[in-house]
Amino acid sequence: MRQRNGFAHELNKNKGNFLLMLPGVLYLFVNNYVPMFGMSIAFKKITYGNSFVETYIKSPWVGLKNFEFFLSTRDAFLITRNTVLYNIAFIAIGLVLSVACAVAINEITNKRMAKFYQAAMILPNFLSWIVISGIAYAFLNARGFINSSIVGLFDMEAVSFYSEPFWWPYILIFIQVWYNLGVNTVIYLASITGISGEYYESAVIDGAGKWQQITKITLPLLKPTIITLTIISLGGIFHANFGLFFNVPRESGVLFGVTNVIDTFVFRALRTGGRTEMAAAAGFYQSIVGFCIVVLANSIVKKISRENSLF
Amino acid sequence: MANDKRVKQSGMNSISFAGNITLNITFSIYAIVCIFPLLLVLAVSLSDEADIVDYGYRIIPKSISLISYQFILSSGDKILSAYGYTIVSTIAGTILALLITSSLAYPLSRKSFKYRNKFAFYVYFTMLFNGGMVPLYIVYTQIIPLKNSIYALIIPNLVSGFYVLLMRTYFSQNISDSIVESAEIDGASTFRIFFTMVLPLAKPVLATVGLFTAMGYWNNYFRNLLFVYDDRVMNLQYLLFRMQSEIEVMNTDPQLIVELGKYIPQETSRMAMVILTIGPIIFLYPFLQRYFIKGLTIGSVKG
Repeated sequence: MRQRNGFAHELNKNKGNFLLMLPGVLYLFVNNYVPMFGMSIAFKKITYGNSFVETYIKSPWVGLKNFEFFLSTRDAFLITRNTVLYNIAFIAIGLVLSVACAVAINEITNKRMAKFYQAAMILPNFLSWIVISGIAYAFLNARGFINSSIVGLFDMEAVSFYSEPFWWPYILIFIQVWYNLGVNTVIYLASITGISGEYYESAVIDGAGKWQQITKITLPLLKPTIITLTIISLGGIFHANFGLFFNVPRESGVLFGVTNVIDTFVFRALRTGGRTEMAAAAGFYQSIVGFCIVVLANSIVKKISRENSLF
Repeated sequence: MANDKRVKQSGMNSISFAGNITLNITFSIYAIVCIFPLLLVLAVSLSDEADIVDYGYRIIPKSISLISYQFILSSGDKILSAYGYTIVSTIAGTILALLITSSLAYPLSRKSFKYRNKFAFYVYFTMLFNGGMVPLYIVYTQIIPLKNSIYALIIPNLVSGFYVLLMRTYFSQNISDSIVESAEIDGASTFRIFFTMVLPLAKPVLATVGLFTAMGYWNNYFRNLLFVYDDRVMNLQYLLFRMQSEIEVMNTDPQLIVELGKYIPQETSRMAMVILTIGPIIFLYPFLQRYFIKGLTIGSVKG
C-alpha cells in the first residue's frame, strides 16, 4: 500500500518527466517488447484469421514441432557454424589490425597526414551494403576489375567468383574488416591520445625504446577499451551482418554453403519461402542463444575486471 | 596536456625517420584500398558499354560516355521518386528519432527522478535482447499496418536504446541539477526547461546522434526490403538493389530501348546508379567525416 502511494506521489511530482518519457517508452514497448512476446509464435502453427488477434488465437500450440523441423534441416548446423565462425574471424582479425593501426597512426609525425589516413579509412563506413555489393560486383564479375586487369598480370585464369565457393570466406572477411577497420582504429586512437604523456616521458628517461613503450604502456592502458569493445562484439556473435551476407554474394545459391547465416536464413524463410513458423523458430533460437552469450560474456569480464563489465 | 604534446612532437621520442616513412607508405597504400573502389565505379559509370563488353572493367575508360546517366535520368520519375523517399525518410526519421530519444533520455539523467534506474533498465534490456525479424515483421504488417507505405521506411527501429543511454550520459555529465532546480524555482515547467534550456545545451550530442541516424536512414534498404512489396515505394538504396538483378526496373521506355539496340548500358548503368546513390554523401564527405570521427569518440563512452 505504501508502495502504491509512493508511486502515485512520484507520478504527481514528476508529471513532466513521465510525460516527456511517454513517447519513447511506448515506442520501445511496441517496437521491442511486443516482438519479444511475439516470439511465442515459434511454438504455434499459424492459421490465418481476419485480424492479428484472431490469427493468434486460432493458431494452435504445437510445442517444439517447429524447432524439430528447423533442426532436422541440414541448414541449422551450417548457418550456426557460418555465423559464429565468421564473427570470430571478424572480431579477431579486426581487433589485431585496428589496435595495430591506431598505435601506428599515433606515431606518424605528420599530423595532417594522420588525419587524412583516418578520413580515408572510415570512408567504407559511409557506404550502404547495397553500394558495397555493387562495388564488390565491379571487382568480381566475369568482366570485373580482377578478371580484366589483375588476373592477366599474373598469367592466371579468369575466376568466376559468383559460382566458386572457395574464395568467399576470404572475400567476406576482407570486406567486413575493410568496412570496420577505420571506425575501430579511430576509437582506439582516441583512447591512446587520452593516455597522459608523462608515462612516456618517464619511460624515455628510463631508456625505454618505442617497442617497450608500446608493449609496456600503450597496450596495457588500452586494455579496458579492448575488453569492452570485444565483449560488445562477442555479445553479437550469434547475429550476422545481414547486408554483408545477403547482398554481397548476390544471392548465388551455389555459394550458400559458405554465405548462408542465421539472419539470411530467417529472412529467406520468411520473405521468399513463406515458411513463417520455421523462420520464427530459427529467430527464437538466435535470440535466446544470443542473449545467453551476452550475459555469459559479461559475467566473464566481471570476473576478470569488475569495472569493465557492462552491467 | 599541451605540454605533453610538445614533448611528443619535439622529436626526442619520435620514431625514426625510416620508420615514419614506412608507416606513411603503408597507410597511403591502405588509403588507396579505401578510395580506389569508388574511382573504379566512377570510371566504369563513365565508360562506353561496348568497351566494357570488349575489355572489361577498367580504371581508365577507353572512351568517355554519359549514356548510362542518360539511361537512368531519362526514366525521370523512378530516380526522382527514389530520391524523394530517401530524403523525406531521412529528414523525418532523424527529427523524430532525436525528439523521442532526447526526451526519453533527459528524465533518466535527473538524480531527482526516483525511477530513473528502472526506466534505464527498460531501455537497456532492448539492447540485450532482440525479438528478431519475424515478430518485428508481424508487428508492422499485422498489428500496425505500415506495409507498403512511406511510414514503413521511417517507423521501424526508429529509436535505439544505445543512443538513449548515450544521451543520458551526456545530459547527466553536462547539465547540472542545480541549473535545472533554479529554473524550477523560477516556475519553469519540465517541458519548458527541456526545450529551451536542455536541448540548446545538448547540441554536440544531438549533432552526433543526428548524423549517425541520418546516415542510417540514407543507407537503409532493409525496411524497404522487408516491409514494402509495392514497386511505387522504392528508396534509393532499394532501387539500386533491384536494378542489380533486373535492369528493367530502371527504364521501360520502349523507344529508348530500341534506340540503344544491343547496347543497353547494363553494366555501366549499375555503376552510374551506385554513383548517384552515394553522390550527396561524397559531396559532403569532408564535412561529414570530421563530425563522424568526433562522434565516434563521444560514442565510445561506456553504455
